[in-house]
Amino acid sequence: MTATSSDAGMLELLAGFITELRNAGLPVSLTENLDAMEAICHIPIEDRNAFKYALAATLVKNNAHWRAFETVFEVYFSLRGKQYSLSGDADVSVDDADDAMMNPETQGAGAGGGGGEALSPEQMAEMLFSALKNGDDALMRALARQAVTRFAGMEPGRPVGGTYYLYRTLRNLDLEGVLERLMEQAQQDSPSPLTSLEERLERDEYESRIDKLKKEIESDIRRRLVADRGVEAMAKTLRKPLPEDIDFMHANREELVGLRKAIYPLTRKLAVRLARKRRHGRKGPLDFRNTVRNSLSYGGVPVEPKFKYPRPAKPEIFVIADISGSVAAFARFTLQLVYAISNQFSRVRAFVFIDGLDEVTRYFEGVEDISAAIHRVNTEADVVWVDGHSDYGHAFEVFWENYGRDVGPKTTVLILGDARNNYHASQAWVVKEVQKKARHVYWLNPEPRAYWDTGDSIVSEYGTFTEGVYECRNLRQLEKFVEVLE
Amino acid sequence: MDYRFETPASVKTRLRDVDYLSDDAIAGVVFLADRLGKPILVEGPAGTGKTQLAKSVAEILGARLIRLQCYEGLDESKALYEWNYKKQLLRIQAERNSEGSWEDIEDDIFSDEFLLTRPLLEAIRATEPVVLLIDEVDRVEIETEALLLEVLSDYQVSIPELGTIGAQQIPMVFLTSNNTRELSEALKRRCLFLHIDYPTMDREKEIVLTKVPGITDNLADQIARIVRSIRQLELKKAPSVSETIDWARTLLLLGVDSITEEEAVETLNILLKYQSDIAKATKELSSDQTKKPGVVRT
Repeated sequence: MTATSSDAGMLELLAGFITELRNAGLPVSLTENLDAMEAICHIPIEDRNAFKYALAATLVKNNAHWRAFETVFEVYFSLRGKQYSLSGDADVSVDDADDAMMNPETQGAGAGGGGGEALSPEQMAEMLFSALKNGDDALMRALARQAVTRFAGMEPGRPVGGTYYLYRTLRNLDLEGVLERLMEQAQQDSPSPLTSLEERLERDEYESRIDKLKKEIESDIRRRLVADRGVEAMAKTLRKPLPEDIDFMHANREELVGLRKAIYPLTRKLAVRLARKRRHGRKGPLDFRNTVRNSLSYGGVPVEPKFKYPRPAKPEIFVIADISGSVAAFARFTLQLVYAISNQFSRVRAFVFIDGLDEVTRYFEGVEDISAAIHRVNTEADVVWVDGHSDYGHAFEVFWENYGRDVGPKTTVLILGDARNNYHASQAWVVKEVQKKARHVYWLNPEPRAYWDTGDSIVSEYGTFTEGVYECRNLRQLEKFVEVLE
Repeated sequence: MDYRFETPASVKTRLRDVDYLSDDAIAGVVFLADRLGKPILVEGPAGTGKTQLAKSVAEILGARLIRLQCYEGLDESKALYEWNYKKQLLRIQAERNSEGSWEDIEDDIFSDEFLLTRPLLEAIRATEPVVLLIDEVDRVEIETEALLLEVLSDYQVSIPELGTIGAQQIPMVFLTSNNTRELSEALKRRCLFLHIDYPTMDREKEIVLTKVPGITDNLADQIARIVRSIRQLELKKAPSVSETIDWARTLLLLGVDSITEEEAVETLNILLKYQSDIAKATKELSSDQTKKPGVVRT
């Protein structure tokens, strides 16, 4: 490949792209970087899809990182692709829309000012309806651009990520109303009334089309933002933590969904690992009988010494979780994780508290659907004693009174919470007593280490009576901790 | 060296000829693997055609498929090579009375004749085209993974007594993983990564149409839609492509040409394998749920 100027530009862009991937947390090694460079030499550069997959195959080695890759890819490469392909295009509305972004003076205030086409809002709604109804992708794309121009009210130079523009555009389109209309239309069009199954399938179809439209709008907004603010600034704004790095305490709804998806493969991995750990890696004392028996095949020479493999009893796990607002998400994930690998333990008992404490083991018994059980915990458990503000001291007292005698030498106790006690009495003696009786006591704290023991947090006071306080802010740390368990 | 494929598109058409419906990602990565001479690490949920991809590629290349099934406890004597020690013993015994020096015997018993080739070495030494499939590589321990590294990066095997055996040609190599554990960085670095997810609705419909002869377009469409609908639920185990195909075959045998709610619910046990999943899907698919307008589902 000769180094023409466009190649150099490409290389530079690619280098920026890879740096951004690394910034987003993807582990891209030098060899992978070189592989990517080599790979794209074999791919016709105008084939955008092939180009994308070539980069993905060489740079992304974990499916959970795909989303992050896609976002960065879009920021770095789609704008370029679009500009090049659109230059000779006769699509007036798009060119106008881009112009409007570049020269804010020409952009009128409010709806209808930005686009070149004089569509009334009603006409546009009608077009949107028929595009969705017929699944017309080209029209949908055009409408997405039109909608962004009209409704997003984008202002150049504002350092935002685009979520706000997306929200504004979607609010104006009223997609939920459109969906209902589509469903009514489908009812009318069908010769016989739709059965509920058919209705469901129709709805799924329309929903997936609407999703496509939303994605289209989102990437259109992104494209314009990139044009406005430049690739690097945009990539930085859009940088999101990978699923395993999402902070439990500050996850938004979308991230929570991502977390829930990430937790299932994690539990499978952990179960396999724990089972393997139990089977391997331990050598007990010499098994004399077995060694002699085995030596017979070598004429009585004990060639191969045999050892006793200890079969350690599976531990019994007690989870005591604070489920007050601030740490509820963390408790939920930990409970889910512990129950998902519960066959690695002889028994799991769960207790939840805010200022009162309740055993919730029964919700999980004989239930296959863990998330349903967690939901019941959140809605049905009797955890409020006085005012519904965390009171670790009282909760621990209740635990000791009612369940203290169940703690035995096989029990591993996990206490989950931020230890923010609202200045109540700590009653740390309970933890001390529990530690005397139990095999292990661990404390998992979802707060960053820097915040421990600030304000009303008294985690160290409890922590002295445990085998360790672990910072568990994300799945990565939680996963690491579970490996400690045995 | 001649390349096996001209363009990603040609990979796609040739795979289609052997009834494997690929998409852009699959075709692109297979194409690149050939160009760069790198192995492909294929990951994804069970039953999405990971192993079948290797088989189909072998079929279009007219190559022999050499398969190494991984399991816990796999070692080099099962994966790479082993000395045929019984034969070696016989050789030594036969030599006992003759004059030959120890060096002669040593040279003799560590020669090709006494070497038992296992899949990896076999793939390296093959002179005819081969496709090497290392199936479920996540099942071996992380230490055993190191066995694969030399083969995967340099296409050679080092045998202390014989020296290094290099490949006659670079074979296509596929590794599949169900992701029960994180593979080592070293292994991942040497491979191209391909994640095969559940297919889109249109592709699934096409798969059903190709794999189930005699099915009507209408029924295939309905099947693909229902399966998509079911995959959106939060299930323990979402239906795989192979289960979709089984379901399509069942419905065809039952003489169904348009699926009603009852038929769907009655045959759900082919798609779903957990009682709780079946219960959930039954509840979702049956009437009272969807009648309410504006029900928001996740």
